[in-house]
Amino acid sequence: MKWKVRVIVRLKEGLNDPEGRVIGKALRNLGYAVENLRVPKCFEFELESEEPEKEVEEMCRKLLANPLIHAWEYSIERVE
Amino acid sequence: MPRFAVIVFPGTNCDFETERAIRKAGGKAERVWYKTSLKDFDGVILPGGFSYADYLRAGAIAARQEIIEEVKEFARDGRPVLGICNGFQILTEAGLLPGALRPNKNPRFLCKWVHLRVNDVETPFTSLYEPGEIIRMPIAHAEGNYYVDDPSKVRIVFQYSDEKGNVTEEANPNGSVLNIAGVANEKGNILGMMPHPERASDRFLGSEDGLRLFRSMVEWARR
Repeated sequence: MKWKVRVIVRLKEGLNDPEGRVIGKALRNLGYAVENLRVPKCFEFELESEEPEKEVEEMCRKLLANPLIHAWEYSIERVE
Repeated sequence: MPRFAVIVFPGTNCDFETERAIRKAGGKAERVWYKTSLKDFDGVILPGGFSYADYLRAGAIAARQEIIEEVKEFARDGRPVLGICNGFQILTEAGLLPGALRPNKNPRFLCKWVHLRVNDVETPFTSLYEPGEIIRMPIAHAEGNYYVDDPSKVRIVFQYSDEKGNVTEEANPNGSVLNIAGVANEKGNILGMMPHPERASDRFLGSEDGLRLFRSMVEWARR
């Protein structure tokens, strides 16, 4: 079976996100009342698998995220 | 003469300087492509650079290559493994050292000279330093902000300090927990550090303080 997967990896709550801080500041300089901007990473791919949840979870733990500093979530949608 | 492997990944760029520093320290060094075997070597060095262009996270992709399994075995045997800059990032990503290296607190690339305090001289890499000695080396990184859940459990080898050895916030270039610049595993035979000892291995470079690190390794391997 084929699936469409979207994974979002973000720094754990409480960990400083320097890139987010800079972008948030730039938006504030443009006049927007932005606070606590964070920059998660998004991965989109197609996956041929009989156990997509198990495999996606593994992918996050093994490579896409660093479990020490990242949290992740994903959505899996059937294509065919 | 002890033989050291300097592992080269696509994007590694400090391999030649590292090889030269080891030779100057009295060892034999060989630059090896990451698909080569590490048999017959007395030590392994993961040099600086931008393996896989730092895509995903610095060091993340190199850390998942087959050769890292061999590095793990190598380390389990008690032989010395040194990771410099990108090599340090690879070692943490591979789980060979505790912690993670995050983007610098001020998110920009840093390239400057820093002072370090040598905290631990009981490793194969630091035996020729004095405890508490202050040394000078350059850093060059964008992701050197060391993080670990419980720093009290980590073997801290180098800390960023001022020239008198005070570990202050001002002396911390990247936001690392406790000014950590280099850590070792519990056994002491794996060291990861952000500063570049190979760039401080000749007087004309501005410092020779890094050369003793390679000399320590060579001496240790001779024992």
